[in-house]
Amino acid sequence: MTDRQRDVAEIVLGFARTLRHAGVPASPDRVQAMVAALGHLDVLDPAQVFWAGRLTLCADPADLDRYDAAFAAYFGGQLPRSVPRAAALQQILVASLDPQSPDGADGTDDGEEGRPYAVQASRQEVLRRRDVAELTQAEREELARLFALLAPRVAQRTTRRYVAASRGVVDLERTVRRMLAQGGEPSRLARRDRRTKPRRLVLLIDVSGSMAPYADALLRFAHAAMRVAPYNTEVFTLGTRLTRVTRELRRRDPDRALAGAGRAIPDWSGGTRLGDGLQAFLDRWGQRGVARGAVVVVCSDGWERGDPALLGEQLGRLARLSHTVVWVNPHMGKDGFIPATGGMRAALPHISRLVAGHSFAALSQLADVIAHA
Amino acid sequence: MRHAGRVTAASGSDPADPGELAAALEASGYLPDEGLATAAYLALRMHRPLFLEGDAGVGKTSLALALADVFHAELVRLQCYEGIDAAQALYDWDFPRQVLHLRAAEAASDGRLDQAELERSLYDRRYLVARPILRAIEHAPSVLLVDEIDRADDEFEAFLLEVLADNAVTIPELGTIRADVPPLVVLTSNRTREVHDALKRRCLYHWVPHPGFEREVAILRRRLPDITERLARDVAAATKRLRDADLLKPPGVAESIDWAQALHLLGARSLDPDRAAATLGAVLKYQEDAVRARNTVLAELLG
Repeated sequence: MTDRQRDVAEIVLGFARTLRHAGVPASPDRVQAMVAALGHLDVLDPAQVFWAGRLTLCADPADLDRYDAAFAAYFGGQLPRSVPRAAALQQILVASLDPQSPDGADGTDDGEEGRPYAVQASRQEVLRRRDVAELTQAEREELARLFALLAPRVAQRTTRRYVAASRGVVDLERTVRRMLAQGGEPSRLARRDRRTKPRRLVLLIDVSGSMAPYADALLRFAHAAMRVAPYNTEVFTLGTRLTRVTRELRRRDPDRALAGAGRAIPDWSGGTRLGDGLQAFLDRWGQRGVARGAVVVVCSDGWERGDPALLGEQLGRLARLSHTVVWVNPHMGKDGFIPATGGMRAALPHISRLVAGHSFAALSQLADVIAHA
Repeated sequence: MRHAGRVTAASGSDPADPGELAAALEASGYLPDEGLATAAYLALRMHRPLFLEGDAGVGKTSLALALADVFHAELVRLQCYEGIDAAQALYDWDFPRQVLHLRAAEAASDGRLDQAELERSLYDRRYLVARPILRAIEHAPSVLLVDEIDRADDEFEAFLLEVLADNAVTIPELGTIRADVPPLVVLTSNRTREVHDALKRRCLYHWVPHPGFEREVAILRRRLPDITERLARDVAAATKRLRDADLLKPPGVAESIDWAQALHLLGARSLDPDRAAATLGAVLKYQEDAVRARNTVLAELLG
């Protein structure tokens, strides 16, 4: 290795460290790729160094502006600043101050393990982490056992692919292949039929203050659903903003999964801006395909701090994209419930089923609704 | 002229730096920005697939077309969809023709058939139908465009990863077919699903942004040489405003080209309110967007 190569490698390693602090998971093999890329480019040209790193170290649109800021800081000696993203990605929801809980300062505890989240929200946002580790061992096992029973199986849809079947249209290819195996003698006709697949299940869980007593159970329910079809289920939480917790909930162990999700959700027990959150979901995920033909379950009491008209509009979009929209309102279980909150009234025209979700029995009913959606 | 064992530019030599590749792409009608040119250059030099993400219509697919053009390579396109499998991506045996062959051999042999010989002739390269990946490997140099990988299933990704790692396809009856020159692979995704990290790790990742104003004007002028400079500038400016207007589907370059062409066909030399309203369908594809645009962007843009 020549001196110059060693210098380059050292600089790149230092940069990768900066980048990891900024929240971009620049793994060693990616760093190696960057060094290799620099071998083909001019290391003295800042623009080429910039692109060599950006092309090899980033893996997600969310990484890009962190990369840009880190690059400017590391190579330019500037203070990192957040660069506005491309319009389609600009989904940072700025929350309004929650008047009931003015203790915004105590929640912003960083330095936790796991992937750092480059949170860009305003200080006013009530940032609270969720603590799920308060149960005794016995309680935990009991809970896990109960929720495993719930595991909702989603209704099937027919795909355009075929599978061998005992009835259906004649499968020419397989019939010919069968003939081939028998030296060309015609034999029994093979048949085929459309293959079925479970629909995608999307859970949008409101984790705002008014939903706090139910959010934990609903996340456990989501985890149970995830165990059934890990790559066919998507889970998001809604509060003052949208958080995708699918990756965290994929862990097998429910407690660790929930702890991971709890760390990922920055706006636990904050305010609710359902309309904005739903719009963020639809723009970034739903319309691109996640919600298409899916069974979408929205779990919320409909206490909307934003504009109910926006919520209605976005739910209309959701209803047009998805197969079914199921709304779970925990307050529905109470006597004399009428869906009177502003958000609920705006939502009603667009949802196919409204169910309760306040108890274990109600959740098993929800599993049933999902299975027959 | 082509070097043996290497994808070579139309000029007869490898591009020496990203700038040269950008110039070659420009000459073939594609105007890349610096990032995209560097990405394509590195993909070429490092033999890594290029993973492109970005909004629909920003020119991800066209890049592959332009690269194939620049290198005089065959463009092989693999459009992904739900349920795609190896038989559609790699190769398949042509069963009806095999049966014909079998019957013909039977009729000609008077009952004295050499089993081993027959089987060998049955699984001959002649009866193999090459699907896109095998085609790209056989027809070097080539550009393999794996379009909308996010639409395929997880299992397909793993399979693709395997093929890309070896640049070879193994067919049990025939043996391994290896590429003389590894194809230049371009993968595109619209992010309807998150692609596995394992696949991304093997690739160069580039997010294709919408072009800036001047670049978009240049693209419009290049693609539609007949339109006036004024119309190109007006359309680019209006499209830029539409992109910032919080629409359901912000227009891409493809849409702005369509729009400019529609306006040109109506005889427009600049963007005027009547024609803009009449042709809005070329650039906005949702009724909600059209309503919003008419009330805000177009109203203020056109006074």
